[in-house]
Amino acid sequence: MLRRLNRLLGGDERRVDSRTIYVGRQPGSTNEAFIPPKFCDNRIVSSKYTVWNFLPKNLFEQFRRIANFYFLIIFLVQVIVDTPTSPVTSGLPLFFVITVTAIKQGYEDWLRHKADYEVNKYRVTVLEDGRRISKESEKIKVGDVVEVVEDETFPCDLILLQSSRDDGTCFVTTASLDGESNHKTHYTVPDIEKDLEMLCATIECEQPQPDLYKFVGRMQIYRNNQESVVRSLGPENLLLKGATLKNTKKICGVAVYTGMETKMALNYQGKSQKRSAVEKSINAFLLVYLCILLSKALVCTTLKYVWQSKPGQDEPWYNEKTPREKETNLYLKMFTDFLSFMVLFNFIIPVSMYVTVEMQKFLGSLFITWDKDFFDPEIKEGALVNTSDLNEELGQVEYVFTDKTGTLTQNNMEFIECCIDGFQYTYRDTASELDGFCVTDGPVSKLPQKASTEREELFLRALCLCHTVQVKEPTEQDQGQGGGLLDQVDGLGVDGEVLQPPQEEKGFIASSPDEIALVKGAVRYGFTFLGLENKVMKILNRNKDVEMYELLHVLNFDPVRRRMSVIVRSRSGDTLLFCKGADASIFPRVRQEEVERIRMHVDRNAKEGYRTLCVAYKYLSAEEYAQADAGLREARLALQDREEKLMAVYNQVETGMSLIGATAVEDRLQEEAAETMESLQGAGIKIWVLTGDKMETAKSTCYACRLFQRNTELLELTVRTLEDGRMRREARLHELLIEYHKKAVQDVPPGVTRSWCSDSQDYGFIIDGASLSMVLNCSHESNSSLYKNLFLQICQNCTAVLCCRMAPLQKAQIVKMVKNSKGSPITLSIGDGANDVSMILEAHVGIGIKGKEGRQAVRNSDYAIPKLKHLKKLLLAHGHLYYVRIAHLVQYFFYKNLCFILPQFLYQFFCGYSQQPLYDAAYLTMYNICFTSMPILAYSLLEQHICIDVLLENATLYRAIAKNAMLRWGPFIKWTLQGVFHGLVFFFGVRYLFSNPALQNNGQVFGNWSYGTIVFTVLVFTVTLKLALDTRHWTWLNHFVIWGSLAFYVVFSFFWGGIIWPFLSQQRLCSVFAKMLSSLSVWLVIILLILLSLLPEILLVVFRNPFAPRPRQAAAAVTPLSYKHLKEHE
Amino acid sequence: MMASSYSTKEEDGHPSGASSHGGPGAVKSKKPDNTAFKQQRLPAWQPILTAGTVLPAFFVIGLIFIPIGIGLYVTSNNIKEYEIDYTGADINSSCYSCAKSYSWNSTTSCVCSVEFILEQPFESNVFMYYGLSNFYQNHRRYVKSRDDSQLNGDQSALMNPSKECEPYRTSDGKPIAPCGAIANSLFNDTLELYYVDSNGTRNAVPLVKKGIAWYTDKHVKFRNPGGNNNLTVAFQGTAKPVNWAKPVYELDPSDPDNNGFINEDFIVWMRTAALPTFRKLYRIIQKKSSTTPTLPSGKYFLNITYNYPVLSFDGRKRVILSTISWMGGKNPFLGIAYITVGSMCFFLGVVLLIIHHKYDTRNSSADIPN
Repeated sequence: MLRRLNRLLGGDERRVDSRTIYVGRQPGSTNEAFIPPKFCDNRIVSSKYTVWNFLPKNLFEQFRRIANFYFLIIFLVQVIVDTPTSPVTSGLPLFFVITVTAIKQGYEDWLRHKADYEVNKYRVTVLEDGRRISKESEKIKVGDVVEVVEDETFPCDLILLQSSRDDGTCFVTTASLDGESNHKTHYTVPDIEKDLEMLCATIECEQPQPDLYKFVGRMQIYRNNQESVVRSLGPENLLLKGATLKNTKKICGVAVYTGMETKMALNYQGKSQKRSAVEKSINAFLLVYLCILLSKALVCTTLKYVWQSKPGQDEPWYNEKTPREKETNLYLKMFTDFLSFMVLFNFIIPVSMYVTVEMQKFLGSLFITWDKDFFDPEIKEGALVNTSDLNEELGQVEYVFTDKTGTLTQNNMEFIECCIDGFQYTYRDTASELDGFCVTDGPVSKLPQKASTEREELFLRALCLCHTVQVKEPTEQDQGQGGGLLDQVDGLGVDGEVLQPPQEEKGFIASSPDEIALVKGAVRYGFTFLGLENKVMKILNRNKDVEMYELLHVLNFDPVRRRMSVIVRSRSGDTLLFCKGADASIFPRVRQEEVERIRMHVDRNAKEGYRTLCVAYKYLSAEEYAQADAGLREARLALQDREEKLMAVYNQVETGMSLIGATAVEDRLQEEAAETMESLQGAGIKIWVLTGDKMETAKSTCYACRLFQRNTELLELTVRTLEDGRMRREARLHELLIEYHKKAVQDVPPGVTRSWCSDSQDYGFIIDGASLSMVLNCSHESNSSLYKNLFLQICQNCTAVLCCRMAPLQKAQIVKMVKNSKGSPITLSIGDGANDVSMILEAHVGIGIKGKEGRQAVRNSDYAIPKLKHLKKLLLAHGHLYYVRIAHLVQYFFYKNLCFILPQFLYQFFCGYSQQPLYDAAYLTMYNICFTSMPILAYSLLEQHICIDVLLENATLYRAIAKNAMLRWGPFIKWTLQGVFHGLVFFFGVRYLFSNPALQNNGQVFGNWSYGTIVFTVLVFTVTLKLALDTRHWTWLNHFVIWGSLAFYVVFSFFWGGIIWPFLSQQRLCSVFAKMLSSLSVWLVIILLILLSLLPEILLVVFRNPFAPRPRQAAAAVTPLSYKHLKEHE
Repeated sequence: MMASSYSTKEEDGHPSGASSHGGPGAVKSKKPDNTAFKQQRLPAWQPILTAGTVLPAFFVIGLIFIPIGIGLYVTSNNIKEYEIDYTGADINSSCYSCAKSYSWNSTTSCVCSVEFILEQPFESNVFMYYGLSNFYQNHRRYVKSRDDSQLNGDQSALMNPSKECEPYRTSDGKPIAPCGAIANSLFNDTLELYYVDSNGTRNAVPLVKKGIAWYTDKHVKFRNPGGNNNLTVAFQGTAKPVNWAKPVYELDPSDPDNNGFINEDFIVWMRTAALPTFRKLYRIIQKKSSTTPTLPSGKYFLNITYNYPVLSFDGRKRVILSTISWMGGKNPFLGIAYITVGSMCFFLGVVLLIIHHKYDTRNSSADIPN
């Protein structure tokens, strides 16, 4: 029973580790009972709602938010309890908010529906019983054989069975999946009959999982009366839904994952939400206001019952209670009174603030996307905003964690030099030798010497073979014609010297730019890689002969091993293994006597900022190869723990090699990298470089970026310094940490923050991955936290920190550690590669660079920019402005609601604590929605208290808003006091005016609604004009909304009081506004009160901004009204 | 706490996901528009408030406000006002007996009279107010206890008044017109003013009872049901408010334009006061000729038909005779406030000027932007 239920719910197969697929949906072998397994169909459903469940589901989700729920409760209290304001006053705004959100979400969902529909109804060709049937994409079932032609996207995850290309490959781009636009090669499953109709096979593969780059499976092919053949399937056989077929006429594949089980669909899961510090401040303020609200209600309730206890007050003859009121229990009455006061004052927490903040963030993020300074003509893209929640966080960054490769540097590799057997070779453009291959007299070899030609050629062959580069075929060229290609190459070969230009036009494609640089480097020295065809690699050697090598195995690169190898068989029958990788991972695996000669070169190159790779080789005997081959095949076929098994075999094979040489590849700095880093440091931001690269390389990059200056004292905590003494590593670590701590932290004069005083000694800190893990995972529990603290304190007092040899996870660890350190500083991570994703996700703000290492970083980032230099404007200009804007927005919202509600609170003292509202219901409702919302929204989008150019020029301005300066308790109290002052002025000003309510020259008197309307008019004008005073940047839009909303208020009031509204039970405001304006005294009091309220404001501005700025200066650095003017400017 | 979960961002992942369904066409490579708005380079006016710009403003404000304030103060002082408390709380006062012996049921009305002397003549039109203290007309239960559609002449509301009127909604099963606590507690003292001339005879001062209510109230907001002809018929089937001596259509039988719901005394009462101590316009004493004062100095009698009990809630009743200026009744507050703010501005202006001057001489380079 339970099983059936499970099956119905589709949960049945979850419990099985693998799934079995019958190709062509035919039973594998006749003697087995064929049970068609149930898989989900190929329908993509990315939409959340249907027409039927939209309303309930959406409402439920919206009311799950606490703020909405709070307003719903208030609304319900108003409906149930007899409260002073009608339910409409809070119901209407709530309804508005809910409706707007629902419409927005509905629209988004409609778009999703539309996109889904397009995808699901797309016509695809399915081979069924030898016929080609056109089907809708959603009807594809697991096991169907699907045909895809060039430039079509794959409708589901397919195992490639057949390709129109001769060599059984096809090319795809995964641009829409991960943004990588280069062509990737995928391979057909070997040994498959040409006639797919005859194919009888089953595929066993793992259950769907979201990792795009992992796939494990095996295929059993049954032939007539033969033992079935088993083939391993890997990611290179899997064509992902969403990828596009390129350079291949058509392919056939069998569907393995469909619909919501495709890897693309599984990758939809949203990222974890990040919340900005501003939001936390808002919550803190909210709590304060909630307390104010509760205490106000409590005070009023108490006073009410004190007041009522006097005889004759509770129920005078003119104002009797209804029988129901009389009967109500006293305590229940007290409680409902309390609720009523809550309702009366609930406007102090404005529902509209959330809407405005949301809108500000959403619209504000558009300005980042629109910024043309972020547009990069090379990739023809601008900035990308993935979350608009964090705009203001960009103005609060204290730590920047940056990746090196591709972020600080261009990741545009150029082959600089190489060393073969300890002899240095540098390429020169104007080489005297014919082949452009010369030896420079480096510091090592005093005499120009050359390695033996044999070694040279071995080295170059290694460079040509040990890689995964593909030759990009010219699009016009007929594919699959190896001969044509050869002809072309031959033609080029004749030209000899002018080999490069057309070659470059042809181009190479690889996942890593290092490899291209190396292959291109080999071209310069006369060895040209011509391409891989049918597992044969062709090389054009110096003698213009084509050498052929059969590619037996590729031992792929991975960041843990930090090396890759190939096993090839030459024409002569020798089996060779070529390996290249980082020095640290190669040196232990080669003969030690060879190491020293090369190590010097490698170290020197690394110091100059080049990326170094070591190249090694080994001859494999037939037995060795057979063993390795078997091991590799077995590991590849494994369904479980394939990775681990492969790794073990790799490690086993890659031993006992001999070192041939090393290469040096230059990675140029990004444009304006140094300037950007400098201005970020000027902004008081601490920069940490986290890289997987060697220490020397990274250090030189840091110097080049001016992160380390000449006078910076470097504190090193690396394996080298740790192994210095005779002590154990742990003891040495302890000693060093204490020493550095003394230097960097304790010797600093107290009260001075290191980074702020420029003249004292600067420190730079360097740590590597191994040492870091020692610091973090210390064996002693007690020491571990001590070390961590010491480490953090040292780092916080250094101008720049360099962490090299980092694994991706360690990067995230560091970010996490800093993030959770004292004062919880705001962190920002910037990177471009997949290895930076973890730290991008970990930091408060993650920034992806649209670099060359694919789009994974961009996809996981909060903001993506094309170049590092754009970070400067993003932080210094956009971040600063958005922080100031939103901080002002939040403070202003609290302020304006405080002085809105305070008069209403005070009025209770004059109306017998009867919860009589001071303002009319329409005003209560519209105040936050219409009268005062637009100016602040415009302000929070357009304000530039300091113009962008000045912000970019003076990085120090960024420090003025550091540490959430505008949303700390100080400014909050200032704003609150201002609100209280205004509230008092409004109320008592009008109160004294009303000591004689005969305010007209015909002796007629004004009533309570006139009183409220006068207070409200003063309120609206003061609050709006205060914002006008704060506005430093008046565009026509500001003028329009500020004067427009005041005009709207006046027009609305006339209109509201001008007609007897049939739907209103009480015509309270009938002609009140017009009557009010006909009284001169009222005019005078309105002007007086507005002026009086704004007087302190003006004074503050003037005193804070005393006479200093001369006109031109003033025009440049327009002084902020809302926070302290910077001392530097005076 | 509340904002934490209030975010619409959880949907943000989806649109981008959905767009990638579309295949290769989804890649955007648009260059951002180079418009002033999108580049945040809209031409803007950047006002700077410095002492230089604010100083003149302070002086100007000071110079404008002080004269206005003086004008207001003088005007307010020139307004003549005379106030008589006739509550009868004090044993010596003439209305003491009326106040003490008051009962709702008594058919005979208690009359008392107060004698007072005006030292100075009241020259222009004189406005006669009654004032109540400690009377919470702004109490919520009271304020809402009315039915505006009934008062607007709506037939259905007349026969079926709003629930807000409880407990003054029905009486003996018949709907009350006008319903509600406000109408029920209509001020019903009758005040008459007599001038005692030099030879001792009492002359009734003519009191005008029209023009005391807001024009819009009388002509728009308040309307009798079924037009103004024959109110007795129009109000048939309704009951009078319990505290009233006579039904609404007998409020002023002499003048059909001032009867029923559009009776001005009634309308004035229905406009609830803002504060518990308030005054309401009762009558107007019009100036007869330019030569004689409206109320010459001398001895006066105020005759009161004492119907309205206030001692039960510790209230007070007053009659106020007041002239009116362009700014309304006597109220020194505005004048004083204007003078204070004006001088404050002026003073601040001086202080700022001194600071400015000092600063200026120290840094001769700093000049005032204008």
